[in-house]
Amino acid sequence: MPQHKFLQVIVDPERCQGHNRCKAIAPRLFELDELGHARAVGDGTVPPGLEDKARLAEANCPEFAIKVAQA
Amino acid sequence: MTDRPPVSDWAKDFDHLDPRWVTEPYQIWDELRRQCPVAHTERYNGVYFPSRYADIRAIAYDTEHFSSRRVVVREMPPRVPTDSGKPKSPPGASTLASPPITSDPPYHRPARMLLLPAFTPDAIGRLEAKTRAICGDLIDRFASNGRCDAATDYAQHVPVAVIAHMLGLPEGDGEKFRRWIHLLLHEGIAENASFTQALAEMDDYFRVQIANRRSVPGEDLITFLLGARMEDQPLSDEHIIGTLRLLLIAGIDTTWSAIGSCLWHLAQHRDDRRRLVTEPALMPLAVEEFLRAYAPVTMARQVAKETTVGGCPFKEREMVLLSFPAANRDPEVFPQADRVQIDRAENRHAAFGLGIHRCIGSNLARMEITVALEEWLTRIPNFDLADPASVTWSHGPVRGPRKLPVVFR
Ligand code: HEM
Ligand code: SF4
Repeated sequence: MPQHKFLQVIVDPERCQGHNRCKAIAPRLFELDELGHARAVGDGTVPPGLEDKARLAEANCPEFAIKVAQA
Repeated sequence: MTDRPPVSDWAKDFDHLDPRWVTEPYQIWDELRRQCPVAHTERYNGVYFPSRYADIRAIAYDTEHFSSRRVVVREMPPRVPTDSGKPKSPPGASTLASPPITSDPPYHRPARMLLLPAFTPDAIGRLEAKTRAICGDLIDRFASNGRCDAATDYAQHVPVAVIAHMLGLPEGDGEKFRRWIHLLLHEGIAENASFTQALAEMDDYFRVQIANRRSVPGEDLITFLLGARMEDQPLSDEHIIGTLRLLLIAGIDTTWSAIGSCLWHLAQHRDDRRRLVTEPALMPLAVEEFLRAYAPVTMARQVAKETTVGGCPFKEREMVLLSFPAANRDPEVFPQADRVQIDRAENRHAAFGLGIHRCIGSNLARMEITVALEEWLTRIPNFDLADPASVTWSHGPVRGPRKLPVVFR
């Protein structure tokens, strides 16, 4: 049976400085805490169709805080 | 301003106040990046100028060797009277403390954390309608004239009005704020009297404001700071004044410069103007690209401990210009870095800094720039520079157009 491959976004809280590029690009994948630092929505699983947004968020984070990996 | 000897060699004798560096820095930096990625000058008691993204990033992250106790390269380090009897500065706080920008770890983090909630995207979103109204009122004043100075009639007023609103200060004091900023960041870079005078005036001004809020609290950031606690202690008046000075300076000059540079670009690029009018969804990408290409802020660090970066030695006590604008032009990281592409999708620019000092006002600045451009383009979709030769640029840590006459088409 063909396996569905999902991507997952991971935010490294040690690196994130709250530039807010990720949420501006992909509001369904990232949310901010009360200080403005990012975390993945839910467990970070990227719903089908949002893969490009996930990659763009990764490529725009000034602190290299985002990783996109196979779930 | 004092006369300075002409620059003989940008790699060994650069001067960031040289008129060529001030008006057209990008070519100088491109050449340095190729030939001498860490330039140095004996001027200002010794300053380094790294121009590669990788080195600038490494320095911004290395708070052990590079301290924020001095963040501006000026002719003479300011000597602020440390009147005895006052509580001793906590470790990491500098003599001219404007926490958190002049703070190093471990003092930096708590000073920063207490400000962050007031500057999240949600908090800033609540100021958008007000900002839009401010921009509309400004345009009303000159729309029918067919021309204006986009820097002095428009860009400079937007952040002044917004930060005055946030701090609960009278909008009518805007002229005062702009004068202080001019004395501190422009004249004060080359001579000390202006610098100390502006500091003293700001100090008096904020003491009165603080006293007023103590008797009649408001809904503003000053009242918020009076009630804030850091490690279970209320903030000292010195801390509050330092932070207010920082918010006022950082909030105004920077954003005004950014808005001005965007309009300077758009005045000369008809296609970009047209695209933004017909494809408004491009605006967020365009704003990031303008921030990359015309990043207004260059902070500095002082070498706290001798080290090497990018193969070059950095000597203790000397200063480092931390040029986020030069990092943003590094072709290693940004393909066709010298081209402004308003639909650039991958844009990891460093206009708001890197690491622990990331600009606290970045969400505010982005909102102000976006709203200011949207309102302008709605009312004035077509405009040109009235006279390219009459455009002037500021020098010092913040770069942007200070005279920008445009005519409407
Ligand atoms: C386009 C506009 C702006 C730009 C390009 C900009 C840029 C920067 C940069 C590069 C830094 C890092 C300094 C360093 O590493 O030493 C910084 C820090 C800071 N900025 Fe901005 N800024 C802008 C607007 C604002 C506004 C509107 C405010 C607030 C009202 C603000 C408040 C601050 C504060 C408080 C810090 C210190 C943060 C810390 O040290 O933790 N800035 N800014
Ligand atoms: S873009 Fe990067 S640094 Fe900014 S909030 Fe997102 S994860 Fe954090």
